[in-house]
Amino acid sequence: MTAIPPTSPLPIDNSCRLPLFTLFGGAAVWLALSSGFGLIATLKFHAPAMFANCASLSYGRAFPAWSHLLVYGFCLPAGLGVGLWLLARLGRVELAQPWLIAVGAKLWHLGVLVGLIGILAGQSTGFEWFELPRAAAVILFLAFLLITMWGFVTYTRRTQASLYPSQWFVLAALLWFPWIFSTATLLLQIFPVRGLVQASVAWWFSGNLINVWLTLAGLASTFYVLPKLTGRPLQSHYLALFAFWTLMLFGTWTGIPAHAALPAWMPTLSGAARVLMLIPALTVGASVILTCRGVKTPCAGGPLCYTKFGAACLVLASVLLAISACPQVSRITDYTWFDHGQNTLRIYGFFAMTMFGAIYHIVPHLVGPDRVCPRWMRINFWFVMPGTLLLALPLVLGGVAQGLKLVDASVPFVAVAKSTLMALRISTLGETMLALGNLIFLFNIVGAIVSYYCSVGKAAYTEATALEPARVKA
Amino acid sequence: MKSSALVFLAAFIALSASWGGFVLAPQLQLGRAAQVKTVPAQDNYPVARPGLAAQGAEVYRSLGCVYCHSQSVGQDGVNCEIVLTDAGTNGAATLAVLGKLNAALARADTLTGLPKVLMSVADMNAADPILKALGSAGAKAQVVVSALGPDIARGWGRRRSVAQDYLYDSPVQPGTRRVGPDLANVGVRQPDVNWQFRHLYAPTSLVPGSTMPPYPFLFAERKLKPGQPPSPNAIPLTAAGVFFDVSKDTGPADRELVPTDEARSLVAYLVSLRAEATLFESPFTAPAAPPPPATNAPAK
Ligand code: HEC
Repeated sequence: MTAIPPTSPLPIDNSCRLPLFTLFGGAAVWLALSSGFGLIATLKFHAPAMFANCASLSYGRAFPAWSHLLVYGFCLPAGLGVGLWLLARLGRVELAQPWLIAVGAKLWHLGVLVGLIGILAGQSTGFEWFELPRAAAVILFLAFLLITMWGFVTYTRRTQASLYPSQWFVLAALLWFPWIFSTATLLLQIFPVRGLVQASVAWWFSGNLINVWLTLAGLASTFYVLPKLTGRPLQSHYLALFAFWTLMLFGTWTGIPAHAALPAWMPTLSGAARVLMLIPALTVGASVILTCRGVKTPCAGGPLCYTKFGAACLVLASVLLAISACPQVSRITDYTWFDHGQNTLRIYGFFAMTMFGAIYHIVPHLVGPDRVCPRWMRINFWFVMPGTLLLALPLVLGGVAQGLKLVDASVPFVAVAKSTLMALRISTLGETMLALGNLIFLFNIVGAIVSYYCSVGKAAYTEATALEPARVKA
Repeated sequence: MKSSALVFLAAFIALSASWGGFVLAPQLQLGRAAQVKTVPAQDNYPVARPGLAAQGAEVYRSLGCVYCHSQSVGQDGVNCEIVLTDAGTNGAATLAVLGKLNAALARADTLTGLPKVLMSVADMNAADPILKALGSAGAKAQVVVSALGPDIARGWGRRRSVAQDYLYDSPVQPGTRRVGPDLANVGVRQPDVNWQFRHLYAPTSLVPGSTMPPYPFLFAERKLKPGQPPSPNAIPLTAAGVFFDVSKDTGPADRELVPTDEARSLVAYLVSLRAEATLFESPFTAPAAPPPPATNAPAK
């Protein structure tokens, strides 16, 4: 079995610097902006008439702007950045063509921007988790290919022959996204299929994106960061392998909601797959517990803390997904806020947290120690951790209460709608804390990058000016 | 090297399986669907939405109504009842048939006060022999099929939504969240365009306690000269900003809200939302139209 390379080879970090700055910096900006839209959307439940005269800030646009920026703006670039770093580090090889990867990252961010403008201008496709208009989708696809291509090249040039589990996850993720994304773009936007087949494709896509891609990319980081920070080997490669296979095998079928008006075998199959997703999730849980057992490293709001919390959220979200897949429960929770709560738990609680942990672990390697203030990193944790829970749990619980009322036709609809307001308002509090936390993250990351370039510039300046007197003397 | 090939192979197999299942298979099963005939009326269904309503679908998509509204009615099975409509001339024979089905029905007063529900049966197949037997005794009966479930009870539709309902929609907007009510049949419930305009402009003015956001930007405000008649479909307002209403003591109309083209097409789309044709795959027998709930407001 391979051990994680113990030293941090300088040339590898040098090769990663520019592309990772571009990916992480942009991701941090989009994340903060996404929270802004999230806040606008949730505030509509406090004051429905707020910004009523602005079409771009109406609920039906602010909400997809939130999810678009969160998933395409933050999750994908962050996951890609961490994945590239893992490929370079674990393969003990410099990143291939960092400049081109950086160009790809810029292109990606451009695509996100085009998508955002499109959504705000009303050009959204109308498919949840795939709102971005065609132009944006094409840009994102090309950018992903550009980045992925050099990721694969880096992988094939590796000097460390045997594979570590994180590498499987990254490779699968690099393969997964272009496939699902091109299918969705082609069949929903370029040559749209007819009727309800569209919904099927869109649900297949979003299930694969949220339940598989994010999990693959997140776990790649979890399985690397945990052993690294606890100083214990991963427990064990077999568990990781098992989680890997079952995640792909079951996760890819999870997209179709129980109420879909599609042929009955489809939602039924999806329901079964959602229950079976417990297997990889519990495997991951076991692996994390076994790896961290007896570890004395204080976690105190550092990357370890983020990563462990992320894994716990993955398990919790998967348990919720499995429960809500049982027909007796889905009858109640379908169409309610429950699903949204489960998704936010997965995206913020698991994925974003894991990425924060990984980024806070990686960035000091790129900018040198002491440029990310540990105190602000901890403060960030104490905003986003409770923020996530306050956002997701009220939606989950409120969703159940809402569902119980929805299936009781004697409760008038407006009474149902009003009864959810309490939960929604608590979740606004969570969204606010998250927004603040994401701002702190932005400042931490951008601050580190800026201070790095300042010092490089200063060094260059001193070097340049130091020559002057010498020349004068000569 | 071997293990990386395995990783790719595994990912490839897993993903292509679900691609085949959820992308290819529905395309093969539903992709070539065409108009069908409704039963028993034999009308074509669905028909493409008229031009204005088709534009309205774009407005619906563009404003993201789908994040709050589903268009997908569910049902928990059906209730099949056999209704005796005519006892025939030979009451004794009819009673004999009935007695074989259920001894308690073999009483003379079963044949009075028609039409009368005789019994519930599992489905149409179970009903057929009974209808035949009654027919041979000279009596007439029919099967009344009605869907069950909370969505139906809320008046959101008379049957579940089926793939056929979405045939001409692009993008389809089945939705996954019901912050607001299901709209699959809102055109049946609220066919009044003026109601729809006012509701979009200020939901709470029509549905007390509504949590739906208002859409004032879909209307252009225009001052009215004294005595000038309001434009068609415009919402007249009084100087105090309340809806002008001749039948109530609201004061004279002072200005009006003229629906923009977007609002007009959106409302045309909303009133075109009627997914209640009786189809073979989702039959129901229309009883005299059930009274739709007038609003979503809590009962006083
Ligand atoms: C934030 C959530 C939300 C959004 C966004 C929203 N609605 Fe609603 N809608 C509601 C709620 C809640 C109700 C129930 C209260 C009421 O009737 O006003 C409702 C009711 C309705 C009704 C009346 C349904 C009935 O059964 O009588 C119609 C029609 C409607 N909405 C259309 C729209 C359209 C069109 C849009 C997009 C422009 C839209 N809604 C956007 C929440 C929303």
